[in-house]
Amino acid sequence: MNTQTQVVELGYGGNERLMLNMGPQHPSSHGVFRMILTLAGETVVAVDAVIGYLHRCHEKLGETLTYAQYPSIASKTDYVAAMTAELAYVSAVERVGKIEVPKRAQYLRVIAAELQRIASHCLWLGTWCLDMGGAIGGGSTVFLYCMREREMILDRFEELTGARLLYGFHQVGGTRYDVPAGWDTKVRATGDFMEKRIDEYEAMLEGNAFFLVRTQGVGVISRELAQEVGVVGPLIRGSGVNYDVRRAEPYSSYRDFDFRVPVETAGDCYARYRVRMVEFRESIRIIRQALDGLPDGPISSRPGVKSVGQVRVPKGEGYARVEGPRGEVGCYLVSDGGPKPYRLKWRGASFTNLAVLPHIIPGHKVADVVAIMGSVDPVFGEVDR
Amino acid sequence: MTAADASTRIRERFGVEAVMADGVLSVVLPRERWQEFGRVAREELGCAYFNWLSAVDWKDQGLEVLCRVENLDARLVVMMRTRLVAGEARCPTLTHLWRGADWMERECYDMFGIVFEGHPDLRRILLSEGWEGHPLRKDYAVDTPFTPYR
Repeated sequence: MNTQTQVVELGYGGNERLMLNMGPQHPSSHGVFRMILTLAGETVVAVDAVIGYLHRCHEKLGETLTYAQYPSIASKTDYVAAMTAELAYVSAVERVGKIEVPKRAQYLRVIAAELQRIASHCLWLGTWCLDMGGAIGGGSTVFLYCMREREMILDRFEELTGARLLYGFHQVGGTRYDVPAGWDTKVRATGDFMEKRIDEYEAMLEGNAFFLVRTQGVGVISRELAQEVGVVGPLIRGSGVNYDVRRAEPYSSYRDFDFRVPVETAGDCYARYRVRMVEFRESIRIIRQALDGLPDGPISSRPGVKSVGQVRVPKGEGYARVEGPRGEVGCYLVSDGGPKPYRLKWRGASFTNLAVLPHIIPGHKVADVVAIMGSVDPVFGEVDR
Repeated sequence: MTAADASTRIRERFGVEAVMADGVLSVVLPRERWQEFGRVAREELGCAYFNWLSAVDWKDQGLEVLCRVENLDARLVVMMRTRLVAGEARCPTLTHLWRGADWMERECYDMFGIVFEGHPDLRRILLSEGWEGHPLRKDYAVDTPFTPYR
């Protein structure tokens, strides 16, 4: 019997191209997203991104609902960070309508937004590590850890609003709910607990050679590309641009708080990961400061949404933006003086963040596509609106 | 580059008065100078950050295209606006200046039917290829039937 190894030539000349459909139902998209990859061997040479599977025409819907009705729908654009999506819409109405927001409501909005940032980053970290495979943190360990911690924040939101995913917390002129008795103690305890857990995540991931190899130098977004495409949030800050709406255009009393805006220059998946890990800690710091300084007073300058009174917005237009977990989320609103907006434009953070994929994926292996897409942290409700 | 410097430069180059409101410098342009202004904003005003592009349907007064670009270092926000003649939905593209204009213009085409001349790949982005009409036009009723979905 011949024991010599036989080499079979398959005749691969290197010029063949393979079209591969990734999605619309691919586990790593955490939504519905299709990429048509053109492959040379295992290397991607071109990407066509197909979006729109979750399109619900939010902008048209916004024109058919009154200013009081729409905020609870607004939370369905970015359902992973419903608090900030609602905030973007009510901020736009307040800007165009020149409606004051009491100081206490501004602080409550900050607390809610920062808790939401932690919850959203937990979901991102868990699912991203799950996508990158079993070598990272032992199968689904990181994922389950993150879900466990996110659950604590959802419990706080449930105590605050009665809901766990889509809150309806914000209303034009303030917030709908005040904090229940003893809530601040629980939030502080959650923050302290989270801080310890973040140390654990970091030890688990940054001491893992597989994690480092799969993220460092992968999916580099240059400083110039980041600005041109308009990527926001941890992506633009991971590419060396110090842009955070909380600093560039402080809203909702963010001026009162002392916090750091992390900036990394490498522009790769690891840089984006580092930015988010620092943001975890900064969010906890902001929450503590806001709880310490929570002023007394009314929580809204307008009667509650259940009252019949309409929100009166004079003729005009305006754009208001907030810093969501994924970056700048904004609403451009045109009012003709009627009870409903004349035009509502959503500027979603995930839409522009995803638009960078066709520019950065070519040249990477198929396995890296999953790591890069996870590091972008897209929420398809916000991409497709 | 401060907002005052930018206003002066815009007045000298384009003969239009830029309006400052809410921290945003609004510039109303004729359609013919859309790309020319884009180049000045990108190269001279330093607006490297492409925030968003969209449109508003003013019914019989035509469509208005809006584009918000920013110089993040100088905190300069420029809102470019141009009104298209009623019944004519064509606008020059900005894709050669900012790569981010690609998807934004595709969305604007999808929703308003504005044809961006010179766009390398202008096709629908959110709606399916066979969709009829452009939903964010004011003459598009919310309950427009679309088989087999509605």
